[in-house]
Amino acid sequence: MVSVADEHETGTVFSARADARARGGKVADAMPYVPASSTPFPPPGVAPEALTWAETVAGGGYTHKVVARGTRVRLADVTGEACAHVLVYNAMEPWERLNVADTVKIPWQAYLGAGHPLLSGDGRVLATVTADDTGRHDALCGTSTAKANRARYGDSAPQGPSPSGRELFTLAAAKHGLAPRDLPPSVSFFQGVLVGADGGLTFAGSAGPGKSVELLAELPLIILIANVPHPADPRPRYTCGPLRVHAWRARPTSPADPRWAATPEANRYYLNTADYAAARGI
Amino acid sequence: MTVVTDAAGRTPACPLDLRLVLDPDQYAAGTALVLAGPLADGDVLLDEVVPARAPWSAVVAAGDVLTIVDVGANQSADCLLYSADDTAERYSVPDTIAWGGNVYVRTGTVLRSNEGNPLATVIANEVDRQDTIGGACGKESNTLRYGHHTAAEHGCRENFLAQAAAYGMGARDLVSNLNWFMNVPVEADGTLGIVDGISGPGKRVAFRAEMDILVLVSNCPQMNNPCNDFNPTPLRMIVTEGAA
Repeated sequence: MVSVADEHETGTVFSARADARARGGKVADAMPYVPASSTPFPPPGVAPEALTWAETVAGGGYTHKVVARGTRVRLADVTGEACAHVLVYNAMEPWERLNVADTVKIPWQAYLGAGHPLLSGDGRVLATVTADDTGRHDALCGTSTAKANRARYGDSAPQGPSPSGRELFTLAAAKHGLAPRDLPPSVSFFQGVLVGADGGLTFAGSAGPGKSVELLAELPLIILIANVPHPADPRPRYTCGPLRVHAWRARPTSPADPRWAATPEANRYYLNTADYAAARGI
Repeated sequence: MTVVTDAAGRTPACPLDLRLVLDPDQYAAGTALVLAGPLADGDVLLDEVVPARAPWSAVVAAGDVLTIVDVGANQSADCLLYSADDTAERYSVPDTIAWGGNVYVRTGTVLRSNEGNPLATVIANEVDRQDTIGGACGKESNTLRYGHHTAAEHGCRENFLAQAAAYGMGARDLVSNLNWFMNVPVEADGTLGIVDGISGPGKRVAFRAEMDILVLVSNCPQMNNPCNDFNPTPLRMIVTEGAA
């Protein structure tokens, strides 16, 4: 049997260097596309040269990025099995971050969909869900923990076959100087949960392959994404498909957009956010 | 001088003059104040009345029980829990909901941490359901909900920040919370909101600490929604020693 080591000539620094360099230019199923314009999967209607982030994240994988105010981030569920757990932070003051309670309370709506804000606890909107063709998302159940995944799948470690969302978030956060205390409850996209009359939860799952949601960064954001099974997903096998992430420069919500004043609450969170941005000079 | 006692002859501690704090004339007309006792047997280790609008905190040792009394009826007690040994491990709304399979908190609900570990278990509850999805009010979120003219009003986020600071914590340590005695129904289409309460004078909830926990409470000062019936009233906090 041929081992992997047998395929490489790495006995000297010169041969090791040549061997390492021979790996460049290969393509994997899950990888970032750099520059972003080189993505094989540009979103329809977006000029590839406008892209600032292009990546495929494997099931069980994670990614993170700092994006400018006015960036549109499109998440696409290739197979209908992705579950994009998302945390967003004000990149300038990261203690301002996603607050799931305000995110459902202020719009008077538990279910995320087009037009829904991702609010901080500071009276501002960090991102707006600007497009959604699934209606299957969740702001109640958060992501998975080591304890849950060990009990459920036997392992939770990032290097294992069934990573937990919290452990992946811990790594993604650390790359921006953030610690576990900087990980509040998250939202997730592409796997829905419904609340019954008695408060009981029903897992509604996915709306199928090829669906997408779009987020608009209303402030400069640190975005953390963990693509792992939803904690209420009843399937015994760790099931999670690839997630496509594409982002491009656009403009934040302004008075020209109908959503700016769609509700009294929306009007005030856009006003507060614009007020903050103006004072910061961004 | 009059001394205020409960039915068992006990006088709770209070940072303000208890006679004033329990004087019905301090509150909306018709307010009844009921100083109910603990929901668990055992020696009383701590017994305090939290004045309207004030924060409160205490460490509750593993096995001990905290009873919270809704003295004046429908007074939201916004509540956060932390592992006393490592406050990076703290109450988690989503873990509590996902493990329990229900958005409402009732007797038997395990209040879980962000690591999925039990921080406390609700062992007795005199209200049909307790809230954990409505979050906390605050000066900034009040501007979204009610208008910028409410920005000067004190909120639970401010109470939490003030109390957290005493333990070396700050904004990074505030997460979504429990709201004892607050009523947040979720309609079939996902519409949710704070509506009239379903508690009453002297109704109680009690939870047993499953590890040593730091409990932060904001006695909600909100005056723009029915989370405290537009009438902030006191809470009573009683810690009883668990069975050995």
